[in-house]
Amino acid sequence: MKSVEQKVLALNGDEAVAYAVKQCDVDVVAAYPITPQTIIVERFSEYVANGEVETAFVCTESEHSALTACLAASLTGARAFTASASAGLALMHEMLFVTSGCRAPVVMAIANRALSAPINIHGDQSDTMAQRDSGWIQIYAENAQEVYDSVIQAFRIAEHPEVLLPAMVCLDGFQLSHSVENVNVLPDDVVKKFVGVRQFPKVLTHEGKLAPLRLDPHNPMTLGPLAFPNYYFEFKRQQEEAMKKALEVIRQVHNEYAEISGRSYGDGLLDPYHLEDAEIATVCLGSTAGTVKAVVDELRSEGVKAGLLRIRAFRPLPVEGIRKALENVKAVAVMDRSMSFGGHGGAVFHEVRHALYDSDKRPFIVNYIYGLGGRDTSPMQVRAIYKDLQEIVQKGHVETPIKYVGLRE
Amino acid sequence: MQSEEWKFTAKDIAEKPDLFMSGHRACAGCAPAAVMRLILKATRGPTIVTMATGCMEVVSTIYPYTSWAVPWLHTAFENAAANASGIEAAIKVLRKKGRIKDEHVDVIAIAGDGGTYDIGIQALSGAVERGHDFLFVLYDNEAYMNTGIQRSGGTPLGASTTTSPAGEVIPGKLEPKKPIADIMVAHEIPYVATASPYYWRDLIIKVRKGLEVEGPAFLHVFAPCPRGWRSDPSKSIELSRLAVETCVFPLWECINGEYQLSAPSKVIAMAPQKKKPVKEYLAVQGRFRHLFTPKYEKLIDEIQRITDMRWQKLLKKCGIA
Ligand SMILES: Cc1ncc(C[n+]2csc(CCOP(=O)(O)OP(=O)(O)O)c2C)c(N)n1
Ligand code: SF4
Ligand SMILES: [Mg+2]
Repeated sequence: MKSVEQKVLALNGDEAVAYAVKQCDVDVVAAYPITPQTIIVERFSEYVANGEVETAFVCTESEHSALTACLAASLTGARAFTASASAGLALMHEMLFVTSGCRAPVVMAIANRALSAPINIHGDQSDTMAQRDSGWIQIYAENAQEVYDSVIQAFRIAEHPEVLLPAMVCLDGFQLSHSVENVNVLPDDVVKKFVGVRQFPKVLTHEGKLAPLRLDPHNPMTLGPLAFPNYYFEFKRQQEEAMKKALEVIRQVHNEYAEISGRSYGDGLLDPYHLEDAEIATVCLGSTAGTVKAVVDELRSEGVKAGLLRIRAFRPLPVEGIRKALENVKAVAVMDRSMSFGGHGGAVFHEVRHALYDSDKRPFIVNYIYGLGGRDTSPMQVRAIYKDLQEIVQKGHVETPIKYVGLRE
Repeated sequence: MQSEEWKFTAKDIAEKPDLFMSGHRACAGCAPAAVMRLILKATRGPTIVTMATGCMEVVSTIYPYTSWAVPWLHTAFENAAANASGIEAAIKVLRKKGRIKDEHVDVIAIAGDGGTYDIGIQALSGAVERGHDFLFVLYDNEAYMNTGIQRSGGTPLGASTTTSPAGEVIPGKLEPKKPIADIMVAHEIPYVATASPYYWRDLIIKVRKGLEVEGPAFLHVFAPCPRGWRSDPSKSIELSRLAVETCVFPLWECINGEYQLSAPSKVIAMAPQKKKPVKEYLAVQGRFRHLFTPKYEKLIDEIQRITDMRWQKLLKKCGIA
């Protein structure tokens, strides 16, 4: 199929989110401002003020209430969206678990930002990494175009009847949220058709009727009840099953979208770059991949077999895909833009290493923590990482498993 | 206000099917459970109920059972009003888009004193400031009962709770109740009222008025908890009468900023000799037992003083004193 004709707009990442949400027939947006996410709420408020959307915009008094309102709206049958970052996401922590536990397909954009203290408004991924066990799907975008595409896909993924989980689309604060790029946008009707009208799985009510899963006065249902030890565990197991299903659904939705838009990001879960014959490779999430790709190009032109694996879907984690993508590499450097204090390396490192444990050919694997609180990471520094990997391969052992990039020690 | 015209008999109420059904696990003599039942007797059509964590949520929705014959949602402790915001916003848009057929859906948020005075006040204040059309019902059993009788901003002066225990040097809670209903009046919402389950007809009418009004409404319901108050389970409804007769919990409405006493309190305002001393109310509750010892008995006078002062203030607001 030929992809549809598209407009090119100059948008920053936040504006790309707002534009995508405008096109997705969203019923309720409830949000609270925080840098670097604020532009999303501001742009969307303008759409509301100008009558460009049929959306109730609830400008809440806190992020906790913003996510609560989205959750309640979603369970009432609305398509709901919110956006946040850093302290705002941390304040939502309780409600993140409630949202996934209630199986409400809320979509949220996160303009990744460092956590206090010290207070810092700049980019890193500590905020979303701290929420990785909250039961939300997490997709990390590399550029504003992918941000736009991912938000549209997120509604389809979250609302898929076999998934029914909330989803986060993560964009690096400032690097993506505030940098203007050319973004191809699909026509409104194409997006509207792609996301469709929200469908509801049917469940058995206490009256013994099969009814759509939502708060409906004609089919009363008790949502968010108390479950004792005799039932709670099964609820949680079902969430895990839904996450497993999401792996396939993310891929399907991504592929379907690729046919319409002409844009794809690996298989939708993992986006490899020159990995087929790579001997050394880095793994990263988000916008850093842009810098790394430029370095890989340089190294390749110098005859170095360097590659990159960008993880697009961090939750659910495509464990098998990661193993297959990396097991033939000799040495892997995992880049983490957050810390797991006392955990011996960052979260991405832990998980990639875990994925490789089942491989017969376990490559050397090391961790680079970088870019906290918005610190720049230069192509030179990335080159140095690849140089370290070459040395590890040469020497046949790892001297320093965890390093910090561009840090005063 | 339309409810003036809503005429009903005790028989009508008895015959209206219970939307808060039996089988829940509340303690014997639990007034909050009776209040739930009364609230739902006042519904006028499609209704969604949302609730904060607390006794009434916990006793009524133990999976896979439920006491609720209306759509019902609980998400957390501090956010009943935010739930209501989301539900109300969703209904409005979905109706506009033709995805909900109902002409109107009433939204009721219910929370205990913890979920209202304390942890829930931010979400409540925000939701009413935004003008969502919903009724918030506070059932006030004057402590965190679900977690074992800890003090709240609604616990009265002198009450012994597990976090304000009466000890050798401290006589229970040192602070009087936060005037929560007046705080809600200060939000300039169209309807605020207080109610007590002994005056069940008054309570039902006030729920209905709160639903009928456009915009946010707040109803503060007095709800004795025999477990936490260490009172006789068979006396909960009597206590909810005594609280009104002592003016510890006067009944009033504030419609568009105009305070007016409700009949049971008006009777006392008109015939002050009918006002009973607080001592009578305190004496029948174990949570105040320590006040009846020489060491702490002065506090009873203080409770009387504060009760009188608040009553006088209220009379002034009602244009009586
Ligand atoms: C954020 C949070 N903090 C604490 C709790 C524990 N908790 C559950 S119910 C409750 C007290 C409820 O008190 P109240 O609102 O007065 O209702 P009651 O149980 O007295 O009816 C507390 C402290 C919780 N569930 N969530
Ligand atoms: S502890 Fe009190 S409020 Fe809770 S169920 Fe028992 S009587 Fe009712
Ligand atoms: Mg209470």
